[in-house]
Amino acid sequence: MTLLSILFGFIITAIILLIARYNPLQIYGVIVKGVFSKPKYIAYTIIKSTPLILTGVSIAFALKTGLLNIGAEGQFIVGTIVASMAGYFFNLPPVIHPIVVMVVAIIFGGLWGALIGALKAKFGIHEVISSIMLNWIALYAHNAVINIPAFFERTNKAHTIKDSASIVFLEGFKNSESGKEWLLDHPGIRDILKAPVNYGIIIAILVAILIWFILNKTTLGFRLRAVGYNKFAAEYGGINVKRNIVTSMFISGSVSGLAGALMILGVSKGITTLSAMEGYGLDGIGVALIAGNSPIACIFSGLFFGALKYGGSKIQARPIEAPKEIISIMIGTIIFFIAIPRIVKVLKRLTGRKGVTR
Amino acid sequence: MNSIGFILGTTLMYSTPLIYTSLGGVISERSGVFNIGLEGMMTMGAFIGATVGYYSGIWWLGLICAGIGAGLLALLHAVASVTLGADQVVSGIAINFLGPGLSLFLCRKFFDGKFMTKSIPLENKIPKLFKGVFPEYSFLDNIFDQEITVYLAFLFAIIMWFILYKTKVGLRVRAVGDHPEAADTLGISVHKTRYICVILSGVLSGFGGASMSLAVASNFFPTLISGQGFIALAAMIFGNWKPQGALGACLVFGGAQALVVFLGGKNIPIPIDVLSMIPYVLTIVILMGFIGKSVPPAADGEPYIKE
Repeated sequence: MTLLSILFGFIITAIILLIARYNPLQIYGVIVKGVFSKPKYIAYTIIKSTPLILTGVSIAFALKTGLLNIGAEGQFIVGTIVASMAGYFFNLPPVIHPIVVMVVAIIFGGLWGALIGALKAKFGIHEVISSIMLNWIALYAHNAVINIPAFFERTNKAHTIKDSASIVFLEGFKNSESGKEWLLDHPGIRDILKAPVNYGIIIAILVAILIWFILNKTTLGFRLRAVGYNKFAAEYGGINVKRNIVTSMFISGSVSGLAGALMILGVSKGITTLSAMEGYGLDGIGVALIAGNSPIACIFSGLFFGALKYGGSKIQARPIEAPKEIISIMIGTIIFFIAIPRIVKVLKRLTGRKGVTR
Repeated sequence: MNSIGFILGTTLMYSTPLIYTSLGGVISERSGVFNIGLEGMMTMGAFIGATVGYYSGIWWLGLICAGIGAGLLALLHAVASVTLGADQVVSGIAINFLGPGLSLFLCRKFFDGKFMTKSIPLENKIPKLFKGVFPEYSFLDNIFDQEITVYLAFLFAIIMWFILYKTKVGLRVRAVGDHPEAADTLGISVHKTRYICVILSGVLSGFGGASMSLAVASNFFPTLISGQGFIALAAMIFGNWKPQGALGACLVFGGAQALVVFLGGKNIPIPIDVLSMIPYVLTIVILMGFIGKSVPPAADGEPYIKE
C-alpha cells in the first residue's frame, strides 16, 4: 500500500509538473542525481534525514499508543534549547560531554511531552490544544533563552557548544594542520567531510530499534499498545490508562528532544532566533505515516523524506528553476493516498465493473 | 481609555482570521468530519486572496476566490474522508502539506520565482466599515475602525449559531455528526451533508486566510500563516465545538495577543519573547479550570460507510 501511494504520489506530481510546463522526468532526474551522484550529496542527505527519522519515530510511537503527538515540534525545540545550553555551560571531557547533553535533552524533551499527557490525564485537556500551545511556548522560550546575558553571543545568536560536545565525525582531525594536509591529498574524503558528517544517524537507527523493542518485546510496550488499541478494554483489563498516557508522551517527547540535541551537536552547534516553526513536527508526522507507524520503517521513510527534501532543493537551480515546494505537494499526495487504504478496493471494483461491461 | 480602545481594536484585528477558520472547523466537525487540515486550507486562502487581490485590485474578488480555492482543497478532504472512508486525521495532515506546498509553488510560478506575492496597494485593501464615522483616534474609533471582514466574521458566527441550533438544517447537520445511522434512517443523506459541511469549512478557512493577507498584512509570504490554522483548531476545541464557543475562544486568544502587542510597546522590564508566551500559557490555564467539559460530536472522525 505504501509503495502504491508513493507511486501515485510520483505520478500525480508529474502531472502537476506537466501542467506547470516542467519536464517531470528531467526534474526527477535532477533530484536523483542531487542525492546520489556524489558521496558528499549522500552524506548531506543522511544528515538531513537524521532529525526526521527521530521525530518520525517519536510520532509513530505515540500513534501506536493511540495519541497524536502534534507537540513533537515543541519537544524538538526544547531539545535544541537544553542541548545548546548544556553543550556550552558544562565542562566535561569529550565523549562524556555529548552523552550528558543527550541525556539532558532526552529528559527535558520527555518532560515537555509528559506535560501534554499530564494535562490530558489530570485536567482532560485535549492533547491537540495543549500540544499546539506548548509548541509556541517552546518557540518563544527558545528565543528568550538566547537573550540570557551569559548565553548571548550576538544579536539573534547564542553561544555555540564547546568542541568537547561535538558529535561531528573526525572534527578535530578535520581542523588540525596535519589533518588538513592529509585531506588535501585525499580530495574524495575531503569532499565528504566538508559536510558535517556526524554520529547522529547511528544514534537515530539505534533509537528506532530500541523503540521498536520497547513497543513489541516488553510488557510496558504491550500495555501502551493495548491502550492505543482499545482504551476501554485496556482499562477493564486493569491497565492504568491515565498513567500510560503520561508514560507514552514522555517516551515520545524524549525521542523528539533527542532529535533536537543531535541537530545541535552534529549540525547547527547552537541556537539562533526562530521567526516561525521549522516544521520538524509536521514533517515527523509525515515520516511516521509513510512508515505506517513502524519505528523501524521510520528509518527508511525518514531517509526517503530527507532525500526528497535535499534533492528537491536542487531543482531550483538553473536550468530548471522549478519551485522546490513541489516536494511538499508530492509528500502531501503520498500521505493523501496512505489515508485511504480503501482506494485499492475501489479501484478493483471499478476495474472489475469494466470487465463485466466488456 | 485610549489604551483600552487600542487593545480592544487590536483584539478584533487579530481574532478575525482565527474566527473564520475556527468556524470552518466547527461546521466540519459538527457534521462528523475531523478537520486538522484547517492550516493548509487557510494558507491556500491567504495566497489566493493576496494574488487575486493584487492582479484584479478588487478585494472582494480576492476574498471569494480564496474561499473557492480553499473550498476545492477541502473537497479533496471530503472525497477522501466521506466517500473513501479515509483516516480523517491522516487526510487532514495531507492537506497541511498540500495547501502550503501548492500555495508556494503557484506563488513562485506567478511572481517570478519569489516566495512572496507583491503588495496590494493600500487603496485596494479591504475597506474599513466605519472609516471617519468616529473622530480620529477617539476611543470608539480605535475599537471600531476595522475592515469589513472583521464584522463579517461576527455575522458568520451568528448565522452559523442560528442555523445550527435554530433551524431544521442545523438539526440535521448535528444529527449527522452525532448519530449518522439514525440520521440515515430518517432519510437524511449523511454523505451529502458531510460534503457540504467540509467544503464550507474550506471556504471559511479560505476567508480566514484571505482576511489575513488582504487586511492584516497586504501580501502573502511563507510565514504569514504559520500555525494560525492550528490555533483556530485549538480554539474550536476550546470553544466546545460550538460557533459561539469558538468565537469566544478566538476573542480570548486575540485579546491576549493584543495585550502582548500593547505591553511590548511600553517600557516594561519583561522581554518580549516572555510576554509573547502569555496567550498560550493563558489558554492552558483557562482550560485547566474546565475539567472534562469539552465534548466532541459523538461520531466525530468516524467514517460512515453504508454496507
